Amino acid sequence: MSATRKILAEHSAKQQLKPGEFIEATVDLVLSNDVTAPIAIKEFERLGRERVFDADKVVIVLDHFTPNRDIASAEQCAMVRRFARQYGVRHFYDCGEVGIEHVLLPEEGLIKPASVVIGGDSHTCTYGALGAFATGVGSTDVAAAMATGKVWMRVPEAILVKVTGRFRRWASGKDLILYLIGKIGVDGAAYRSLEFAGDGIDSLSVDGRLTVANMVIEAGAKNGIFPVDSRAVRYLADVGVEASEWPIEADEYGYSGEVDIELGDVEPQVALPSLPSNAVAVGEAPDVRLDQVVIGSCTNGRMEDLRVAARVLKGKKAAPGVRLIIIPGSPRVYRGAIKEGLFDIFLDAGAIISPPTCGPCLGGHMGVLAAGEKAISTTNRNFAGRMGHSESEVYLSNPAVAAASAVIGMITDPGEII
Amino acid sequence: MSTSGAPMEGNVHILGDHVNTDAIIPATYLVSSDPVELGSHLMEGLDPDFPSRIKPGDIIVAGENFGSGSSREHAPLAIKGAGVACVIASSFARIFFRNAVNVGLPILESPEVVEAIEEDDRLRVDLAAGTVENLTAGVSFSVPPYPGFMRRIIDAGGLIDYLKKG
Repeated sequence: MSATRKILAEHSAKQQLKPGEFIEATVDLVLSNDVTAPIAIKEFERLGRERVFDADKVVIVLDHFTPNRDIASAEQCAMVRRFARQYGVRHFYDCGEVGIEHVLLPEEGLIKPASVVIGGDSHTCTYGALGAFATGVGSTDVAAAMATGKVWMRVPEAILVKVTGRFRRWASGKDLILYLIGKIGVDGAAYRSLEFAGDGIDSLSVDGRLTVANMVIEAGAKNGIFPVDSRAVRYLADVGVEASEWPIEADEYGYSGEVDIELGDVEPQVALPSLPSNAVAVGEAPDVRLDQVVIGSCTNGRMEDLRVAARVLKGKKAAPGVRLIIIPGSPRVYRGAIKEGLFDIFLDAGAIISPPTCGPCLGGHMGVLAAGEKAISTTNRNFAGRMGHSESEVYLSNPAVAAASAVIGMITDPGEII
Repeated sequence: MSTSGAPMEGNVHILGDHVNTDAIIPATYLVSSDPVELGSHLMEGLDPDFPSRIKPGDIIVAGENFGSGSSREHAPLAIKGAGVACVIASSFARIFFRNAVNVGLPILESPEVVEAIEEDDRLRVDLAAGTVENLTAGVSFSVPPYPGFMRRIIDAGGLIDYLKKG
């Protein structure tokens, strides 16, 4: 079976699943955050259950508006804390343990291949990078799953993304996913799975795969999934998860489509406002004077991302008037960046280093844009108003392009300054 | 939302393709879960005057991929809270679609119906009968029913009430 349907069949006690069929699947992990948990908790309480289905399988991360930006967000976190205490939620991340959820959970060893993960956050699809079926749902689904350990679902068709070759210099997972979304559009994979295969996967680090899987939702996909290869097995062993290799194979229903991508064709990309599908090669991006550069988020807030940003920024300074905001995605990434000396490079470049938070990605706090301001960002959405005022603009890129753009103050190909 | 509920009648507000959840309810308002409070900011990301134009019973008609983006259930809650009776779109993004079903916001997916509607038209939507009448243009359409599994959730008034019924 397709990797996705195989996992779903195992979780709904069926031998075979047909695309379009409705199932109730058991879940291995239910995630929510300080934005989606409050509604989930209200709905959960309406059910009148005395306990969650499994306190070990419920994860809550206070990462969106934390450290709290105002009284209303503080009240929401207070409510979630009370719930986590009352129901004994085992994996509750608060205070100095907070990381951006999709950076944090893989590092914490909470993601296992062939498991079913649902989360009250659209970027829950990130975990497909490690061979899990992972998808974003709303708060009511989270409430129901916290109570019953189950989720209703329509079995998806699947699209095969065959990746071959090797990346060019300065191109990475972010460029592959922006290129793919540019090819198929923001609803090009609507309601379907994107299953990644091909020898090009070998050249994708696990951090890079997490970036790719993170943004499959921007093509409308239900989930994205990667094979579990030796690289993934090693990553999982490092975080304490035992796993064996697992390929992506077609089932009798096959794939409803195939997209072939040769990595050598993928130049560093920039997605112009205000859809992630407006992807162009960095050299074709317009001359835009930037007010802000954000490097971080659940898309690009991992060690590899900060290392490449540091490589570009070393010995250089952000252009005058450019607010360069760098957000290590988790306590582990934060500490790693300090140990490797990246903080010195960033501070010397005039960067502002934020604690791990979703913050500016969704115009929450820690870097909200005024009317008319423009930012390049390693985040995942460039919708109008996403990072602040509805007349501000967001351009999406990988960390190397964002760092080079901070130095020049305009959208810049890193190859031009290194 | 109930497929067996009473027909709805209201005036149309037309929106385009890819209306995302940041447009429906900007993230800065996600510190509330009160539908009426959320509804007072409906579509502010798209048009700051939208909340003042929307009247209880009105119907939103949109193009492709309505509700794309985040998983925020605040989006269908804001639409409900503003008193919108129903959303008709050429297609819906999947998380928005399941959220609407789960919270009981009536939605209808039909490119043919969307094609035949203009701003300020008056519509009569009967989900039980599966019909949409454009009273202004004098045309009517029949729409296919929801799959059985989904209909049971919808008829219960949403996922939590469906589970409560056991």
